[in-house]
Formats: sequence, C-alpha cells, structure tokens
Amino acid sequence: MTPQPFVDPASPLPAVPGHSSRGRLERVLREGKFAVTAELNPPDSADPQDVYDRALVLSEVCDAINATDASGANVHMSSVGICSLLTRAGYAVVMQISCRDRNRIAIQGDVLGAAAMGVANILCLTGDGVQAGDQPAAKPVFDLDSTSLLETIRGMRDRRVFLSGRKITVPPQVFLGAAANPFSPPYDYRPLHLAKKVAAGAQFIQTQYCYDMPLLERFMAKVREQGLHEKCFILVGVGPLASARGARWMRANVPGIHVPDPVIARLEGAKDQKLEGKKICIELIQQLREIPGVAGIHVMAYRQEELVSEIIIASGIMSNRTPRRSARERTSLT
Amino acid sequence: MYSVRLSSIRHARALEMFYNAFEPAMVLLAPLLKRVGYAHLEKPVAAFERTVKGFLFDCQMCGQCALSSTGMSCPMNCPKSLRNGPCGGVRENGHCEVKPEMKCVWVQAWEGSRRMQADAKILEVQKPVDNRLKGRSSWLKVVRDKTEPAEAPGKAASKPAPAKPKADAKAPT
Repeated sequence: MTPQPFVDPASPLPAVPGHSSRGRLERVLREGKFAVTAELNPPDSADPQDVYDRALVLSEVCDAINATDASGANVHMSSVGICSLLTRAGYAVVMQISCRDRNRIAIQGDVLGAAAMGVANILCLTGDGVQAGDQPAAKPVFDLDSTSLLETIRGMRDRRVFLSGRKITVPPQVFLGAAANPFSPPYDYRPLHLAKKVAAGAQFIQTQYCYDMPLLERFMAKVREQGLHEKCFILVGVGPLASARGARWMRANVPGIHVPDPVIARLEGAKDQKLEGKKICIELIQQLREIPGVAGIHVMAYRQEELVSEIIIASGIMSNRTPRRSARERTSLT
Repeated sequence: MYSVRLSSIRHARALEMFYNAFEPAMVLLAPLLKRVGYAHLEKPVAAFERTVKGFLFDCQMCGQCALSSTGMSCPMNCPKSLRNGPCGGVRENGHCEVKPEMKCVWVQAWEGSRRMQADAKILEVQKPVDNRLKGRSSWLKVVRDKTEPAEAPGKAASKPAPAKPKADAKAPT
C-alpha cells in the first residue's frame, strides 16, 4: 500500500481579505450559512484510528470538529494531539484550550504549534474545576482566564507579539472563539460578559447545552440589543439526551448544565427514551434556526456520535448543502 | 471572614466612596512616601493593607487590586482566580462550582457592581495577573503608577523593588 498523502498544513484554503483564518468555519459563517460544529469525544487510547473513526462520522455533516481539552477535567487524548492527527488528515478543527492545565508560557507555545499544523480555529475556555474530573488531586493552574487568553491570542495574531511584548515573525492566523453559558447565573450579567469576551477578541461563540428555550431567548434579546450578533457568530450548543436518568445525572454532576424539569418529564414519559431524546434535539435545532442572531449550532453528543449526522440531516438545516465525505479515503487504513 | 466579605459587597457603594477619597489622599502623600522610601514602606504598608483588606474582603494580596472593577468582591477568592467574569459552572443557586458552600465570587461581584457609582468598570477587560506582585502593597503601586511615569511601556506594572533576592545573584557561567 502506498503511504497516505500528507496534507500540507501550510496550504489551507486561499486567503480571503478581511478573514482572520484560512479555515472553512470562518468562511461558512461569513457567507451567512447556518454553521454546524461538533464535538469529538476524545479517546482514552493512543490509537490514531480511534480519532479517525470518530471524526469520520462527524465530518459528513459539520464544518469543523471540536477537539476538547480534557473537558470535565478528565484525562483523554489531548486537544493538541487530536488536532495534529485531524489536520494531517485534512479535517477542519476547532482546537479547545482550557486555562486549567497550562500556564501562559505553555499556551502561547501551543498556539503557534497549532497554527503551524493547520489549526484555523481556537476556542478559549476557562475549564472545569479539577474537582469535577477523574484527577481531583491535580493542581489547578488558571494562570490566564478565558478572556485574557482571548486577548493574548489576538495580540499574537494582530499585533504579532507575545504577552511579554516579544515579536512573533509569522503570526498564527486563527479564528478566535469563546464559550458562553446563558443558562447559569448571574443571568443578567451573561450578555455583558459576552460583550467583554467579544471586546477581548472573540469572533465566534459556542454555548453550553441549550435545553431551555425561554432562557436562551432572553439572552439573545440582550445580545441583539447590544448588537453583539453582528460582532460575533453565535453557535448554540445542542445534544441528544440518552435518558431521563442520564439527564438527571448530568444536571447533578456536570458543572453548568441546566436541564429543565419538563424536558426530563417528557423523556420519562416516552416509551423509547433515547428516541425521544433525539426528537427533542431535532426540535431544538429547528427552533434555534429561527432565532435571529443564532449563526449555527454546536453539537455535543456525548458517546452518541453516531447520532449526530442523523440528527443534523433530520433537522433539515443542511438541506441546501451537500454532506461531505472527502476525508474518508485519507483516514481509512483498510 | 466570609460574612464580612458578603457585607462588604452589600456596602460596595460606601466602600467605593471611601476609596475615592482615600486614593487621592495617598497620591497627595506621594512626595512624602518617596522621601521615606518605597522600599522601606513596602513591608509595613503591605502588612497593614493585608490586615484591613483581609478583614473586609478576604483579600489574597495579589498586589494589583481590582476591587473597584469587581463590585468589591475579591476575584482572587474565585477558585479559578477569574478576573473577568464568572465561569460557566455557576450553580443554579448562584453558588460556586468548586466550593458549593460558597456563593460565586462573580455573582457577588455583579451584585456589588450594581450598587456602585462606577458600575461600568466591571465591563473592562482585566489583564492577566502579574505573579511577581503577589504579597506586595497594591496601594503603593497605585501611588507610584499615578505619580511616576512608566519608563518602559508595557513594563510599568513590574517595578522589581528590594524585596526581591539579589539581582546580581546570577553567576556567570
């Protein structure tokens, strides 16, 4: 078998004036299309095929794949590692960077490395506390916070300097993202907090799971009032709930996840809870499509990746676009 | 103390007014402070500041006080030391993700800021913490920043003063 073609990270999509990156996600969003990103569940293994297999099922229906950075403070394959595999295989990725595990020296170095290997999108996160994960004895770092991280990377890109002021010869051309959680207190401050992140450099936003439409509507009304939806692209987080029990567990144990009681009651009343969870997710996506200022969705299907493409296709949001399968040959070893 | 800290946030407006009078007074004293020598003053002033602010705010002496921008709620009490706003993990009752018994520092900050005159300061993006300033007096830093022009732009925040180990300790290799 001939070796697989190596995708040169130095030759991404052609540069477009006014774009920060040469990636697909920014292009799709700036063209006004409803964008889809999806989270890849990172493997607890050192096998690249685990990453390729999971990416393959997602790539057909999404514009970029999120590589999580020890989300929930659990150890998995690193976001840098996943991005290295995926960019070489020609996938568009969103590299997540959490402030929990690395200080400013490590993070700035990773940003340069990421851009060098073809990462076009970076999501700046604070990170869950170490108490939430499987290594509660770890030392939390939090040298930067998500907002100062945004400002740092923007400085690296636009002013071509590190936080110290030292020069960068070739800056990282990345599209900068941040998270928002409209479903967690203080509710009145959340839209202003978003404004702060936008002021610090956020160009796209991926929110926490949305199961509470009225709360999101309230948040989006404030976002539109401030004109923030014109300054950044908001992708609302969605995901299928597997069961009422699972939803209750998530609500109790995963920080920042808000599942309203009526949603759990609906799951509980269903014959097939998994199917109902899928239905709820599809309905949510269809409702989100109609909210002014929502630029796309971010699908987080924890251990249910195989459902993502079904959900996206059933929701009809890709109706004017063709699913892509281009990366299949590159990542299949057989 | 936790209860005093919460009460300080309830009295954010009064504390703000006090500080608004206190800071210019300190700045007026700058020539005197300079004559005594900041190096001499650092230790006693820092100790006094630690006592007062420790009592009122559970101050952690980061040396670059942000209380005026954080509704009089010390952001260094956040287990993630977030200086720009709450994380996404705040519980539905407004308590901390990491320490469930504690109210979220940023939920408090938001409430405190609503009581203050300069209520928009909470929207300013705060720079990352300069870890070299930990344990040093924030008050003296404010006075020096206001009265001494920064020599090197970008390096104004760091005046490595005497408390540091000998600068010439670097042995030539």
